[in-house]
Amino acid sequence: MSGINWPGVGAIFHHEMTRFFRTVMQSLLSPVVSTVLYFVVFGAAIGGRIQSVEGVEYGAFIVPGLMMLTILQQSVSNASFGIYFPKFSGTIYEYLVSPVGWIEVTLGFVGAAAMKAVLIALVILLTSFFFVGVHILHPFWMLAFLVLTATGFSLLGFIIGLWAKSFEQLQIVPMMVITPLVFLGGAFYSSDMLPPFWEGVAKLNPVLYLVSGFRWSFFGLADVPVGVSLVAVSLMIAACCVAIRWIFATGWRLRE
Amino acid sequence: MTGIIQIESLSKQYGSGTKALSDVSLTIEEGEIIALLGPNGAGKTTLISIICGLVVPTGGTVRVGGHDIRTDWRAARKLIGLVPQEIALEPFEKVINCVRFTRGLYGEGPDDAYIEKVLRSLALWDKRDAMTRELSGGMKRRVLIAKALAHRPKVLFLDEPTAGVDVALRREMWEVVDQLRRDGVTIILTTHYLEEAEEMADRIGVINKGQLLLVKPTSELMGEFGKKTLTVELSEPLAAVPAVLGDRGLRLSPDGRSLAYEYDTRADRTGIARLLGDLAGQGIKVRDVSTRQSSLEEVFMTLVAEPRQEVTA
Repeated sequence: MSGINWPGVGAIFHHEMTRFFRTVMQSLLSPVVSTVLYFVVFGAAIGGRIQSVEGVEYGAFIVPGLMMLTILQQSVSNASFGIYFPKFSGTIYEYLVSPVGWIEVTLGFVGAAAMKAVLIALVILLTSFFFVGVHILHPFWMLAFLVLTATGFSLLGFIIGLWAKSFEQLQIVPMMVITPLVFLGGAFYSSDMLPPFWEGVAKLNPVLYLVSGFRWSFFGLADVPVGVSLVAVSLMIAACCVAIRWIFATGWRLRE
Repeated sequence: MTGIIQIESLSKQYGSGTKALSDVSLTIEEGEIIALLGPNGAGKTTLISIICGLVVPTGGTVRVGGHDIRTDWRAARKLIGLVPQEIALEPFEKVINCVRFTRGLYGEGPDDAYIEKVLRSLALWDKRDAMTRELSGGMKRRVLIAKALAHRPKVLFLDEPTAGVDVALRREMWEVVDQLRRDGVTIILTTHYLEEAEEMADRIGVINKGQLLLVKPTSELMGEFGKKTLTVELSEPLAAVPAVLGDRGLRLSPDGRSLAYEYDTRADRTGIARLLGDLAGQGIKVRDVSTRQSSLEEVFMTLVAEPRQEVTA
């Protein structure tokens, strides 16, 4: 195989980002409004009754969880919609007849979906500064976890978009799987707060490792070792890449 | 001479067991226009889809510009432009951005001067900033052509380019194809409109039930299989065809002023001279004569009804 068609990657990335900026207000406004509501409900109403979690003010404690919640939802929905829409409108043929392979298509779509999710997460971080005092202990690792998680879940969303045959299927995985995993992944609490049995169950949830690693980058607190979090997200990225390569090689749900 | 497209023993069987193509071999020369004719489900679109990369073949090989479409697919695809049968466009994108996007996919850097040339040649320049959803059906089809030409392909596939468009637009599309021919682009088109193939193609391939029945130059095909009708305009109207003119199958027009005589161009004797002689012998004065070639539709129906002919590729 000859080298990567970088102008092809750029064309897909630019095309996807243009779509995002065309609807920038609704792309940003909706997650920001949701986050403000979370801060009001969990931070002010409930958080007022919780002094602190592991020495961190509750309002600040939930900031990494909220960012993770957003990044997971946005990554999956952006990437799945990004590749599903050409399938729905019929323009997918262009990607299949042009000299772009699975690497270019994945880099273009997933790169754009992850970029959008990271931008939205950063806007949410900025929004949180209006409500709570947040100090980021390890900014580099915070960004690294953000980018790695956005990449991993954009890849997952991309697979969902390739698999989906209808808009219903496109929405069912994020709704039935991703959101529960995030809520049960310690976005709003430390897994130490759970009874021992449920703490064990929670550790089967891959999202727990992401939230934990991400929270560590903010406060130096983690439910699981940071190295395990990094390995978890790296494994997820690798597994998704293998699956996507297989889909393009076999043409499953793409070619006859 | 090696053609720009070389297809050898190509076959495709779908998972359901349906055989869409059986052992198709064909060589297409650079700069020619070849029309693939066949009824629905004949395998025309499958053939195009395999060459372009949309469908994976079960057997056989295809080389485009010497590049195998499976092992050297990037180089092969760079030479190809495809205008699909269905109109599929990003609805919320400007025309010019659609074309720029396709150019990028093919690994080409920006070239707005070339894109302007393409859009102007397709009468789309004035619509360059319009959203594609605002365009008429004919314009959308031209945008698809502009996209297919965005990277200067050597081979252009047009899958049913005038399906569902009105007569005026069909003419317009033919002019576009004619311009592309002058620019030296090799064109492979599939069509249901037999008149279209007759009008545009240098060669015609007839496909039926996944088999390429024949490929011949259009004029040769028409000459070989075509029947002609001789129309004899009479100076004085006749009440009926005189019995002496025999059973030639002559048809008298309702006003009695013309006789129609159908003859086979492949026959050793067409019978025209004898007919005119017999008319003169009967004292019937002839005012004018004209001939009309039978339509390709009739040729096509003859072909698919006959046993398989030898392929001349």
